[in-house]
Amino acid sequence: MTLTPLPYRVVDRRDETHDTVTLVLEPDGEALSPFAPGQFAMVYAFGVGEIPVSVSRAAADGQRLTHTVRAVGAVSRALCGLRAGAAVGVRGPFGTGWDPAAARGHDLLVIGGGIGLAPLRPLIDAVLTEPHGYGRLNVLAGARTPGDLLYQDEFPTWARPFAAVVVDRPSGGWRGRVGVVTALLPEARFTPADTTTFVCGPEVMIRATARALAGKGVRPDRIRVSLERNMRCATGHCGHCQLGPLLLCRDGPVVGHDQAEPLLAVREL
Amino acid sequence: MTGQPDGPGGAGVLAALPAEHSGRLTALAREAVFPAATRIFEEGERADRFWIVRSGTVALDVQVPGRGRAVVETIGKGALLGWSWLCPPRQWHLGAETRDAVHAWEFDADAVRDLCAEHPALGMALVTVVAETIGDRLRATRTRLLDLYGPTGSQGSSSAP
Repeated sequence: MTLTPLPYRVVDRRDETHDTVTLVLEPDGEALSPFAPGQFAMVYAFGVGEIPVSVSRAAADGQRLTHTVRAVGAVSRALCGLRAGAAVGVRGPFGTGWDPAAARGHDLLVIGGGIGLAPLRPLIDAVLTEPHGYGRLNVLAGARTPGDLLYQDEFPTWARPFAAVVVDRPSGGWRGRVGVVTALLPEARFTPADTTTFVCGPEVMIRATARALAGKGVRPDRIRVSLERNMRCATGHCGHCQLGPLLLCRDGPVVGHDQAEPLLAVREL
Repeated sequence: MTGQPDGPGGAGVLAALPAEHSGRLTALAREAVFPAATRIFEEGERADRFWIVRSGTVALDVQVPGRGRAVVETIGKGALLGWSWLCPPRQWHLGAETRDAVHAWEFDADAVRDLCAEHPALGMALVTVVAETIGDRLRATRTRLLDLYGPTGSQGSSSAP
């Protein structure tokens, strides 16, 4: 982990949706330590500012970093506008990861809402490299419209045995599923008592999904969720990302729902 | 009826009923098969039956003047298709069309209501399950009204200032 941004360069970019871009970065000299699935970096757009962005793919050699960024503010818009060759500053790795090793032998439910699928992709990658280390892999994704779905070309490779997407608002001749992401659960293949789930998305979606999973018999401590707060320092000093007793940049973003549930129910912290 | 209704693996409606009640209910079921793109029922028509989906997907839609049919939800394996038969005026609130081939258990609403009248405990259990289904869909609709994934409301891990 470094507290000083290291220079990285954009070596590839891909427009995922109308407002979301995937950037592939390579170190311009010294590289950061390898990122675990679920961890995040502080990415600095020179002259604009720095934001936390989860790694959406990590190279095996730890050199390349892939980030999927949605343009929602000044810094993320600046990052989304970068072209190959552009320079950025990167700090990290920060925070807790998904810890797939703790789920060895279990059936897996990976559930992403909107851009919440991005931090889950390295987890899926890790599981797919060790298909015999885990039980059944189910990937469920929800999005606002068909045009907002991420990584659609990769979905067929994730179906071990089940991968499906659902949208809130069908458009453009969409023939897929319509509704909330939890509506896909009856078709997923898992044994609740031997299942670990990984959930990332809007907080309301996380709460609804965790409730549905608990109702199906998944243990709360095996429902891993990735939470988001306003992270500034990423080192647990500034307090901007505090959630009750947690500093999410340090104690999160990935926490067990047994720990997160009472905190998410507090009206104001 | 041949075969077995979906158990917990399919999270079927029948699995939510106590065994003695589901047995009586399934005795009334008949198998139904619908090819893809089949209109099962239309908005406003008489709701005289319901189905429990065993496989495949059904799209529920609303006729929007000038825009054709708008799909508001899809339902899949284990789900209850149709609850308008339960309450007056017993007309479908939505239309339903298969997305792919659908296998389902089909129930005649009159026969089920007669069975419920004969066995009030079964009737109570069935109404409870139907009410849970309606509640689930109402909650899902409310969640979607929040437009969670929309540009201003999304809080995914990669979104930031």
